[in-house]
Amino acid sequence: MSARMASRPIGWPRRVVHVGLILVALIFLVLFLLLPLATVFVEAFREGIAPYVAAIRQPEALSAIRLTLIVAVIAVPLNVVFGIAAAWAMTRFEFRGKALLGALIDLPFSVSPVISGLVYVLLFGAQGWFGPWLEAHDIKIIFAVPGLVLATIFITLPFVARELIPLMQSQGSEEEEAARVLGASGWQMFFRVTLPNIRWALLYGVLLCNARAMGEFGAVSVVSGHIRGLTTTIPLEVEMRYNEYDYVGAFAVASLLALLALVTLAVKTLLEWRYGDEIAAHAPGGH
Amino acid sequence: MKSPRMRRVVIKDMALELSHLNRRFTGFAALNDVSLTIAPGEFLALLGPSGSGKTTLLRILAGLDYPDSGSVVKEGEDFLATPARERRIGMVFQHYALFRHLTVIENIAFGLRVRSWRSRPSRKVIRERVDRLLRRVQLEGLGGRYPTQLSGGQRQRVALARALAVEPDMLLLDEPFGALDAQVRVTLRRWLRELHEELGLTTVFVTHDQEEALELADRVAVMNNGRIEQVGPPEAIYQQPATPFVCEFIGKVNRLTVRKQEAGLAAGDWLLGDDPWQGRYPEAVAYVRPEQLRVAASSTQPGWEARLRHIYLAGSVAHLDLYVPSLDQALEADVASEDLSRLGVQAGMDLRVAPRSAVLFPNDGNGNALSEERWIWQARSPVPA
Amino acid sequence: MRRRILPGFGISLGYALAYLGLIVLLPLAALAWKASGIGFEGLLRLLSAPRTLAALRLSLGGALLAALINAVIGLLVGWVLVRYRFPGRRLFDALVDLPFALPTAVAGIALTNLYAPNGWLGAWLEKIGIKVAYTPLGVFVAMVFVGFPFVVRTLQPVLTALERDVEEAAESLGARRWQTFFRVILPMLAPTLLTGFALALARAVGEYGSVIFIAGNIPMHSEIAPLLIVQKLEQFDYAGAAALGVAMLLLSFLLLVSVALLQRWSNRWAERTS
Repeated sequence: MSARMASRPIGWPRRVVHVGLILVALIFLVLFLLLPLATVFVEAFREGIAPYVAAIRQPEALSAIRLTLIVAVIAVPLNVVFGIAAAWAMTRFEFRGKALLGALIDLPFSVSPVISGLVYVLLFGAQGWFGPWLEAHDIKIIFAVPGLVLATIFITLPFVARELIPLMQSQGSEEEEAARVLGASGWQMFFRVTLPNIRWALLYGVLLCNARAMGEFGAVSVVSGHIRGLTTTIPLEVEMRYNEYDYVGAFAVASLLALLALVTLAVKTLLEWRYGDEIAAHAPGGH
Repeated sequence: MKSPRMRRVVIKDMALELSHLNRRFTGFAALNDVSLTIAPGEFLALLGPSGSGKTTLLRILAGLDYPDSGSVVKEGEDFLATPARERRIGMVFQHYALFRHLTVIENIAFGLRVRSWRSRPSRKVIRERVDRLLRRVQLEGLGGRYPTQLSGGQRQRVALARALAVEPDMLLLDEPFGALDAQVRVTLRRWLRELHEELGLTTVFVTHDQEEALELADRVAVMNNGRIEQVGPPEAIYQQPATPFVCEFIGKVNRLTVRKQEAGLAAGDWLLGDDPWQGRYPEAVAYVRPEQLRVAASSTQPGWEARLRHIYLAGSVAHLDLYVPSLDQALEADVASEDLSRLGVQAGMDLRVAPRSAVLFPNDGNGNALSEERWIWQARSPVPA
Repeated sequence: MRRRILPGFGISLGYALAYLGLIVLLPLAALAWKASGIGFEGLLRLLSAPRTLAALRLSLGGALLAALINAVIGLLVGWVLVRYRFPGRRLFDALVDLPFALPTAVAGIALTNLYAPNGWLGAWLEKIGIKVAYTPLGVFVAMVFVGFPFVVRTLQPVLTALERDVEEAAESLGARRWQTFFRVILPMLAPTLLTGFALALARAVGEYGSVIFIAGNIPMHSEIAPLLIVQKLEQFDYAGAAALGVAMLLLSFLLLVSVALLQRWSNRWAERTS
């Protein structure tokens, strides 16, 4: 392995230190990050391809996949609209309580996933605020799909807004003002100037938001009730199979999520590499 | 419907009346009771240091800001009630604000393409107008580029073409040359002046560069701390500054204290003759421009005794650094470089120095200069340089 | 009334506030309301129960230790990725985000499998007498895993921007390499390092998915606080769950405030313009 500092020539003792540091870092990355990832695929295919395919084609797995997609398809667009609205208000206007709003947007990141689920149980559960009313009207939120969607929205709420706010802050509002002076209506300004300027950051935010929405476990676990085929998303299906000692089945379904993670990482890296300046400096994303 | 050309002729007769505009930001007044009339077709410069309120004034004209009180009236109608997009204004932003995701052509065409289908010109007309503008701003062949692929001067011209494409009634420019290097700046300045003469468009531009304002504008409004200190043609601003601020902000100037004496006002050996304030003020500030200081080698001339400490040769002009012991003060005098040898001066010599003209403001005794009591003093007999 | 220049102030702020109110504030209000149901005495009794205390200690202590380890390893990895060029650097750089991208349940079962007595690493560690899975050490390993990217990702931009000439100045003044590192570089990185530490800490305190599989969840030994909340919910003890939730929220809030104070102190030399 060849290590070299950017420009100046260095003596061999320092070279040894560099190579040593690099080796320690890489060994850590391999043992600690790469190995768990590899385990997932190795365990999934332990008994060959046929059991793997069979594990995924079980009806429970298929319904879990469908439910995961449904939850993401509802939660992600809602958080995109929220993210754009919040970023627009935060970066284009001055108003009292702006800092508070910013802290509020970040709040879901510093709350334990279990608590994120818990709050909805306390709100809509049988003993919750709206529990009796919901029961009287025969509406089910907790232990049903709406609860899963709500908990997922809560968990993934900051992603899009947090990508957009620093970028729109650094871009400033001159281009939008120019569009107004040139006669553009509000929506023309938004679709012809604002949106093209933030498109890559938006995609980046959507990517992270979606990965989290599909992979969320703790919050969803609390509100799901674990009804097989009805309220289990892929991560919950993984848990149930694992607890039933169906390891091949658990890792087979988990491999789908691991694949999603790999695709997310690949697209994310590509976006950072290709459109780095249009995504802007952002804080590390995500809980 | 009238053609755009017809309409412009009509609009030429309409002045823009700004009266008693106030605009406060947290902590300071950006505009403090500003009144101004902008005549049709004129080239007006808003000149002042940063924070003087000039950009705020421009943004109010553009509809990008609103005053807390006061009015802007055009043709008897409330201009402030017209939203930015309906004001028929072309604005060139300080950093140009070009749409980074659009090509030069798409940038220029933007204002036409966002019109509702009823007033939107056909694709062909838009294309023709963009081509004409590209030629006018000398950017033929660069239409397909993106803003990041252009130099500063080119971007500025794209911004100008984009503003002109909507056939505005008024052109607003915010520090149009601020981000350019010195060479490009001078070229573009002349070019903008020619363009203005060609189009006859009312143009208002903001600058902190006095040279730019004096060279380009028909009229200059000097602003300071949210107030307009003086409005007038460049000659008047330079030769008859209305306030101490204008004296000090425009050009270089020597500042002296003049005191009341038995024989009238005087500073050291410089006697001004009469006292226009008839002894009401014991003290006044006198501003003398470097080129209004007469320098002579002969000691028989009236004026101050001065030592020539250094000569700064700046091309056609030489700046003389003088020290006057009787005032205990340094003065700067400008002479043409070619006159240096004729006068036979060199560093270290003793010279006679006297003002040819000066602008004076009496002191009210509390350290405030009274602008309304300004007196422009001229030497009695015009003396040869 | 001041006229707004750009359109959409009312609609964007209104929408954002309504959305936040419904999704975040209303549920949190329900949490506070439910928690208040058990009263102060009830809360004390709950929090002083040995099992609760043990769980809180494990969640908090494990998270602190994990964040500390992450600060050290994160600094090393961030430094190597920013300062040195070696084959596969980009790939390893992308790999750092894996704990963000990999769903916690998947990470949980993968780590358990790896560190179980018959797993790839577990079998090997068993031989030298170290048990990871189903012990507090396993909880700690999972917490290090989920918190790992925070320190690296907060440090990287700062490391990139770090002026090389400051180091060169130190060296020209006769400082040795390690002196330059501990006296010049580390103090400059300290505030950022603390930010990363705080983020990793906040994440680990509340972590659930990746921990519960490897923890084994033995009461008083390897049971984490979020799991207690889940258990209370399963026993329909809503007030107890809510009270524990509020206690955890307050705890992480307290932690973040103290880190912020620490950060302020370590950043005392920085210009504060805004």
